[in-house]
Amino acid sequence: MRVPKLAVWKFASCDGCQLSLLDLEDEFLSLADRVNIAYFLEASKAVIKGPYHISLVEGSITTEDDIKRIKAIRKASKYLVAIGACATSGGIQALRNFSNIKEFISIVYARPEYIKTLDHSTPISDHVNVDLELQGCPVSKYQLLEVISSFLNNKKPNIHSYSVCMECKRKGNVCILVSNNIPCLGPVTNAGCNAICPSYNRGCYSCFGPHESPNIKSLSNKFRDIGMDDSSIIRSFRMFNSYSKSFRVIDNERA
Amino acid sequence: MFRYVVELDDFKSFFDVLKEKGYEVIGPTVRDNAIIYERLGSFNELPIGITDEQERSAYRLKKRNDKALFGYALSPYSWKRYLFPPSIKLFEITKKDGIKIIENDYDGKKLAFIGVRACEIHAIYIQDKVFLDGKFIDPVYKKRRDNIFIFAVNCITASNTCFCVSMNTGPKVTFGYDLALTEVIEPNHYFIIDVGSKLGEEILKNVRHREANNDEIKKAEEVVNNTAKSMKRSIDTSDIKELLYSNYESEYWNDVAKRCLSCTNCTMVCPTCFCNNVEDVTDLKGESSERWRVWDSCFTNEFTYIHGNTIRSSTAAKYRHWITHKLATWIDQFGSSGCVGCGRCITWCPVGIDITEEIRALRSKR
Ligand code: SF4
Ligand code: SF4
Ligand code: SF4
Repeated sequence: MRVPKLAVWKFASCDGCQLSLLDLEDEFLSLADRVNIAYFLEASKAVIKGPYHISLVEGSITTEDDIKRIKAIRKASKYLVAIGACATSGGIQALRNFSNIKEFISIVYARPEYIKTLDHSTPISDHVNVDLELQGCPVSKYQLLEVISSFLNNKKPNIHSYSVCMECKRKGNVCILVSNNIPCLGPVTNAGCNAICPSYNRGCYSCFGPHESPNIKSLSNKFRDIGMDDSSIIRSFRMFNSYSKSFRVIDNERA
Repeated sequence: MFRYVVELDDFKSFFDVLKEKGYEVIGPTVRDNAIIYERLGSFNELPIGITDEQERSAYRLKKRNDKALFGYALSPYSWKRYLFPPSIKLFEITKKDGIKIIENDYDGKKLAFIGVRACEIHAIYIQDKVFLDGKFIDPVYKKRRDNIFIFAVNCITASNTCFCVSMNTGPKVTFGYDLALTEVIEPNHYFIIDVGSKLGEEILKNVRHREANNDEIKKAEEVVNNTAKSMKRSIDTSDIKELLYSNYESEYWNDVAKRCLSCTNCTMVCPTCFCNNVEDVTDLKGESSERWRVWDSCFTNEFTYIHGNTIRSSTAAKYRHWITHKLATWIDQFGSSGCVGCGRCITWCPVGIDITEEIRALRSKR
């Protein structure tokens, strides 16, 4: 059997999702036995030419050059999996999409004329066809392993698009929104983290972004009932996944 | 039928007796600002003098002004967790040296449930029908169910979300227990005990008790009657099937969908909801694989995904399906309502969607 080639690509991102891959440790070594890690600069300088069986793509598209590069990667890959909040929704850097980027540039950089960037940070799927999106900031290493293992074994990955609440309840947590009025984004957020924040009495921040049918307006009403003002409600959605299709409308969804 | 009195101090020895008989005791205790059914080491871990206040989307613990042991209404989670675990490995399969299937033994420990409410007994009997009746018997459920001891409690307090009276499931325990107690606090703290099985009789034998007199029995009856009278919520179940069957196309479901988060909480906390999914987890080398069973919910898209499409994708259709199954199609399917009036779905819905109110609203639209 030909050894499948795996490539890991980076666009505008913090490298955290790629680190999740390295975090697999022992499993990463068995992965290295099963696939030819053809391109993964975070781990090795060696570069093997495409085409690739699976391309994992981290990061969002923020420059003209990015657009060219992602198109080339798509051409060279049989399967393209977008990993992380940046690649699936534009990431934290998509906060710029709600403001005027030129103003930021002029304030932040000593020589603004050196900066060449698009005024929006956008997900990979805005530019090329994506075979699977794995949400999370960062992605869960177990989900990453499940995806790769499923591609290798020709099965459908166990990646779900339901809420964090389902994980929270399976674990036996006491809901902190109901028992303690702690604002929790779990009811609109995709499962995948195993409800880590609610398990430690923190509201969910929605690192994993919206689930399959998020009702932003209804949850916002609940947040208002427990005493949050409009600007804090908007800010709670302006995090890692602010530019996801369902969260970006939060402004207009205000009652 | 004889009824017995066990004094507060003697009640403590039930724990030792049950342990001597090989039972692990599961009962109410305070954890994370709630009263949860968990493994109890001793009597002292009971929620002594603590009650729960429940409302739509609200749950708070409060101090009582007495030392009641069972002076709360209902835990966020039902006993379902123990009989139908949220996730369990069914088997493992490997092909390292020829194909081998390793089945899980399903862990059928002897568990004594202390503090089972009338509605919860009804819920267990409803799940019995689902998992144990007919041709296909669920081995996980069976192994666990065969090994439990039920120490039931008649409710001395109802929460604002309870509506068992209208569902005919409480607050008085009428069947399905090994032992049942009614806690009397004033003027003296004691327990009236009913024996429901041989096993219950045997356990009681080892705990100091005496026959109850008429006054004591009357007092115990009174306590439970007061609980029934204090119940605030209800569902009018007359023609409930017709009501729901004639409303499939109602505009009202879109109204609920504006509020519903399709978050699955109502189904997770419901003591009768039984849906589950099986998932296979394969290792990287493709040499071994595990099959797991996990709780699932009719509020997800995956739940009705059949050959390339989700049949119920709108939240309106999901909620309609859930409430229609609970209150109507369940009767056709299993011969009883699927709702026991415990009110958990009302308390634990993050946005306070209330099954009793939704039925009332639907009726008013007719
Ligand atoms: S704590 Fe948050 S994630 Fe958990 S059930 Fe409550 S709302 Fe959902
Ligand atoms: S539907 Fe609601 S009230 Fe009825 S049994 Fe389930 S959780 Fe309890
Ligand atoms: S009814 Fe409430 S608990 Fe149930 S899915 Fe809708 S929002 Fe969640």
